[in-house]
Amino acid sequence: MTTPSSPYITPSASTNRLMLNVIIALVPGSIAYIWFFGVGLIVNLIFAIGFALLFETAILLLRKRPLKPYLTDYSAIVTAWLFALCIPMHSPWWLIAVGIGFAMIAGKHLYGGLGFNPFNPAMVGYVVLLISFPVEMTTWYLPLQISADSLNIVQAFSYTLGLVDIQQWDALTSATPLDQYKTSLGLNMMISEIKQSPVFGDFAGVGWEWIANWWFIGGLYLIFTKTIRWHIPVMVILGMLIFSVSFYIVDPDSVASPGFQLFSGGLMLGAFFIATDPVTASTTVKGRLIYGFMIGALIFVIRRWGGYPDGVAFAVLLANMSVPLIDYYTQPRVFGVNPPEDH
Amino acid sequence: MSSTPGEITYSGLWKNNVALVQLLGLCPLLAVTSTTINGIGLGLATLITLVLSNSLVSAIRNVVRSEVRLPVFVLIIASIVTIIELTMKAWFYDLFLVLGIFIPLIVTNCSIIGRAEGFASKNPVAASALDGFMMGLGFLIVLTILGMLREVIGFGTILANADLMFGEGAKALRITLSDDYGGFLLAVLPPGAFFGLAFLIVGKNLIEKRIKQPIRSVSAEPVATT
Repeated sequence: MTTPSSPYITPSASTNRLMLNVIIALVPGSIAYIWFFGVGLIVNLIFAIGFALLFETAILLLRKRPLKPYLTDYSAIVTAWLFALCIPMHSPWWLIAVGIGFAMIAGKHLYGGLGFNPFNPAMVGYVVLLISFPVEMTTWYLPLQISADSLNIVQAFSYTLGLVDIQQWDALTSATPLDQYKTSLGLNMMISEIKQSPVFGDFAGVGWEWIANWWFIGGLYLIFTKTIRWHIPVMVILGMLIFSVSFYIVDPDSVASPGFQLFSGGLMLGAFFIATDPVTASTTVKGRLIYGFMIGALIFVIRRWGGYPDGVAFAVLLANMSVPLIDYYTQPRVFGVNPPEDH
Repeated sequence: MSSTPGEITYSGLWKNNVALVQLLGLCPLLAVTSTTINGIGLGLATLITLVLSNSLVSAIRNVVRSEVRLPVFVLIIASIVTIIELTMKAWFYDLFLVLGIFIPLIVTNCSIIGRAEGFASKNPVAASALDGFMMGLGFLIVLTILGMLREVIGFGTILANADLMFGEGAKALRITLSDDYGGFLLAVLPPGAFFGLAFLIVGKNLIEKRIKQPIRSVSAEPVATT
């Protein structure tokens, strides 16, 4: 007779299950994205996931690792999905290949594969593209609701593959609301003037505000299914709110309203889906609070004073970098070891 | 203590390569290698400095008391670098403008004082000069390869601006790989230098591993205890 050893309660959540939950939570927001911005996202997703699986297979073969467990745990798909949501629609295929290649190879496997990467792979890929290809990465399309024309799925495919001339759709591109803010504020325009632009909706950008809303709802699903804990998203939002509210109160003419800040760009997606990556986020409770707050605050700082209109990716990477330090100083005390001194 | 010329050459070019193994002088290495010509320019300047400083340090090694040797070495190196800087200003002014502060900063390149202290102060002049030349050549080669890699990936060209160094006629040396290549900016930016150097080191280690293949002395079997 053998005596079983601890742990007696085996965890029910596997990597597969967690990643599948994330994908489920991403679906409503992605549908909203397609509703507002067209089928370009589908093409992005197909290419990103395809390249991700391709690179993952290649590097697993190179590293002589088993293919099946790594290819079927959905982690590559989640990375590719997040990456596809970050880059502009109708990106050329090679842009997606370079970004995903960096994400999977330099961002993940060079550090030892899933579980060992200090940086969020999707954000590594996105930032590499952002600083390397400024033109391609800032070509955003207008929401369908205020756009003159739209691409159907065949056109979107041939556009991405570079089979059709890209000039004819140039009129459909526009700065994102955050970009518009950045450039207009640089021209000393007031918020009330900037808001005249058609890309602004009820309180944030047309389309963007509702997509962010769906990311929020998807995020609630993640918290509800215990895929993520509440600390990081709440602190990201809180960090952003504390900064944006205090600056907005002092100077409402040149600081975007807190509601706009929360529901534009990648903040909601970042707060619930990117910052909460279990591998790269802080692992202690206190650490998560610090880590999340740091991201929220950094996003505001980069949006307000940085060179880029949005700062989610940079904020997440900077916070990733601080995680070992945060974790070191927020270790919970193990029961019975090093008791605190009596006062 | 003395080594054969063959050993000195092998050590400088491969075994103790300044950039790939000793990892010295990384600041100029990472900063200026955005193009091939910049890499060659700085590599040559470093090479000349190394040969001259090694020879001079070796020549005076029996005269200088060991308590004051380091200040004397630094003085010698600084004088040589100043000479090179002035020479470049006179004949390669455009290249000097590109390399800028990194020419005077050769003084602080650890590999130079490292060779002076580690080799030249203990060896005869000829061996020291050869050591300086080989160490400098190893550094030059790495700078050139890294510069070439970053230039190809970043701009899609090789040897652009060669006229900065070799005169107007060298403009023909420029090789453009593809005309509609947009350029991969990351390779030219500082991260590209780190990635590039890392891949070069990986390459060197891989080659070494291939050369001395199977030495598998560690047994995978657990040691049996009785």
